[in-house]
Amino acid sequence: MSRIGTIARRTFLIGSAAIVGGVAFGVYKYRQPAANPLTAGKGEAALNPFVFIDQQGVTLIAPRAEMGQGVRTTWAALIAEELDVELGDVRVLHGPPAKAYYNSALMGEALPNKGYDISDFQHSIAEILGGAAKFMDMQVTGGSSSMRDGFERMRLAGATARETLKQAAAGRLGVERSALKTKAGQVVAPDGTTIAYTDLAEAAALIDPPDVTLRDPAEWRILGHNQPRVDMTGKVTGTAQYGIDTRLEGMKFATLRINPKLGGGMASYDASEAEKMPGVEQVIDLDNGIAVVANNTWLAIQAAEAVKIIWHEAPYPPDTDGIFARIGEAFETKPNSTMRDDGDADTIPEGATPIEAAYQVPFLAHATMEPMNATAHFTGGALEVWCGNQVPTFTQKACAEAAGLDRDAVQVHTTYLGGGFGRRGELDFSVYATKVAMAMPGTPVQTTWSREEDMRHDFYRPGALARFRGAVKDGKAVLMDGQIAAPSTSQQAMGRWLGLPAGGPDKAHVDGAFNQPYAIANFRIRGYLADLDVPIGFWRSVGASYNGFFHDTFLDEMAHAAGRDPLEFRLELMADEHAPSAGTLEAVREMSGWTGKTPDGVGRGVGFTYCFGTPVAQVIEVVDEAGGIRINKAWIACDMGLALDPGTIEAQMIGGMIYGLSAACFGEITFATGEVEQYNFPDYDALRMHNTPITEVRVLETNRHMGGAGEPGTPPAMPALGNALFDLTGKRARELPLSKAFDLLV
Amino acid sequence: MTTTLTVNGKPHQVDLPGDVPLLWVLRDSIGLTGTKYGCGVAACGACTVHIDGQAVRSCQVTLSDVEGEITTIEGLGTPDAMAAIQTAWADHQVAQCGYCQSGQIMQAAALLAETPAPSDAEIDEAMRGNLCRCGTYPRIRAAIHSAADLIRKA
Repeated sequence: MSRIGTIARRTFLIGSAAIVGGVAFGVYKYRQPAANPLTAGKGEAALNPFVFIDQQGVTLIAPRAEMGQGVRTTWAALIAEELDVELGDVRVLHGPPAKAYYNSALMGEALPNKGYDISDFQHSIAEILGGAAKFMDMQVTGGSSSMRDGFERMRLAGATARETLKQAAAGRLGVERSALKTKAGQVVAPDGTTIAYTDLAEAAALIDPPDVTLRDPAEWRILGHNQPRVDMTGKVTGTAQYGIDTRLEGMKFATLRINPKLGGGMASYDASEAEKMPGVEQVIDLDNGIAVVANNTWLAIQAAEAVKIIWHEAPYPPDTDGIFARIGEAFETKPNSTMRDDGDADTIPEGATPIEAAYQVPFLAHATMEPMNATAHFTGGALEVWCGNQVPTFTQKACAEAAGLDRDAVQVHTTYLGGGFGRRGELDFSVYATKVAMAMPGTPVQTTWSREEDMRHDFYRPGALARFRGAVKDGKAVLMDGQIAAPSTSQQAMGRWLGLPAGGPDKAHVDGAFNQPYAIANFRIRGYLADLDVPIGFWRSVGASYNGFFHDTFLDEMAHAAGRDPLEFRLELMADEHAPSAGTLEAVREMSGWTGKTPDGVGRGVGFTYCFGTPVAQVIEVVDEAGGIRINKAWIACDMGLALDPGTIEAQMIGGMIYGLSAACFGEITFATGEVEQYNFPDYDALRMHNTPITEVRVLETNRHMGGAGEPGTPPAMPALGNALFDLTGKRARELPLSKAFDLLV
Repeated sequence: MTTTLTVNGKPHQVDLPGDVPLLWVLRDSIGLTGTKYGCGVAACGACTVHIDGQAVRSCQVTLSDVEGEITTIEGLGTPDAMAAIQTAWADHQVAQCGYCQSGQIMQAAALLAETPAPSDAEIDEAMRGNLCRCGTYPRIRAAIHSAADLIRKA
């Protein structure tokens, strides 16, 4: 698709440093190993940064945030498969922040291809870009990228460790390494003698690791099979430690109140009453708000509410209408991107029927179950921070800057995350906790946000607008021309992570629209970026979370205008463009017994989105009942290319869909007088047990590349539900949340 | 003022004002962190514990109002000796992020104590106050049915 010169000249949001600096530099630096962050003591062998063996046992490092997606288990499984250890017999830890734990796959997502059309040439470019992640310290869990990132590297880590241990055993036994086998954490000699890895660790540390080859997938005994999650026992017994569960000797409990006019400062405050309240130790000035330290979190929250504060105004229009007017103004500017421009999208083909529609989706909160929090201990010359986060190296850097310390003086302990969805890729909660701890030197302090503070100080999924025009002829789509306007999440988030001004085409902003695998002769997608200072951030599936709804709803409208069955209409356009995508549609057609007809009182809709390397099709069925319209059933098919843990993928597909359905039904963040109007779950609700559909999942493996699992289930849920409601009611859903226009079961 | 609570069969002396919710007594004073803070307004169920066997939202019960014996998730079973309902949860690989699961399990345990073989409608009714942002509801439902079988056979 693109020539290398074109790639080198263009600046992309994530990859700009590497591309502008030059590919050769990247290749050269990429091949230098990063320093091993694990230093081995006597009797231990840190064979590489992912495998740690001592007399007590084998520890695998899974340096990705476990926020529910199962990464700790499947990452460890990649190592265990080649190392020949049982997951139940090893410890799996997150490990410290380190360059060696960079995410190589995330940078590959910055390439300008559509994903499904990726060539081998682009694959190698993606690897080089991935190397660049190391220099930008991108130890990031996000972009549904962990398995694509770790797939080769972690199996190599396991295989290298295994062969080194075998070499050590060969030396001890006086036999060739090739004569030895390994099983369940032991080297097995030809005569059946076994030596535990733990007994070989010290000797192995002195050996240069040999070159290794990876096993044929046909030999896999762990990968490709459902594995019991390594975090399950802790999570069903209340013993798993989340950030909010950090308990340290002498620890105090704090909360904060930050200006609800987001980005505004604080004119003045009066804490005289709060300071007299029970349990209160100190009220701290945070410049844009206050924190209260007490001997109990609830007492801190009560006191924080009693502080009288005069706030400065927010730097954006004060209400929702003004904010959306600003987003709409972006359509009048030059497009930030035209990532797809096939044929001539300006001209309606002769004899075709034109169709137009406009769509709007709201700002959304992440609403993780565990409210934002972090614990910090500042001792003047050093800082320790405990929190659930998706970005340990960035957290370390930001906290070091806040404390005026070198990075080496800051330790970050990454706990389990009580939900992430992108919110814990931010740095604010760690930096605030650092500032609170600096006011209490020598005392560890946990800073927990109230739910209300969390809901009203998010980095929101941006509100977005779309204008689509298209044309159908002879039952087929012959033109699709989409324009999408929103503020740029990537530019804001990258600025916070890297401190770099990000520019260039924002691919994430049009993801889920420009890269959809439909053969439409005249097909253009343009992205427009709104100039708006509302804090926004990565929200499960990012741009696809709104483009999935825009693009796929419009396809449904085109199918209707063409007088066609909506599933067959999509399938026909997809069949020659991308067979794995077509396969997911065929699968849900079969699973749901799709006939294109539904009895009275029942509606069915289909939705499809390709994002993060994975095509996902969903059929959703709604029923009209006395209590309101209920989502009755759902069928999901995804093509992972390679399914490393089918049970975990099924859980992610269902969970991703429910996250999308929750947003589609009820999710909306609105603004008045510069403040978010939603406070807590009663005004920002989600699906619950009684209104969640019965769901069936099929995991396919025909795609040429492995795809992500955590996010692709979310986008198609929204159009599938809207399309089902259209089938039921004849009313087209062009705005979310759907509860505004439809009587949904709450 | 000092209050004595019985939690998981053990007495605890607590020196906090009487209006502090039980949730924050358990977490910040007694150090039992398995019970989670989610909303503080009885809208999510993450803080569910048992008082004399009844499922209650511990964010809504003040220290001075507690009457009876408290059971938290830590008192239900331990990693080495899980309760049948926890085994069912593990068998179905229910938890994703896991943060809401203590509350889900405590709510479901109270349901099963009253209704040993609940129907899907009874599960809907009992569990609708417990929010899960990861969307584990289908596996929770399956685990409740399995737990009912395990308890019946025990």
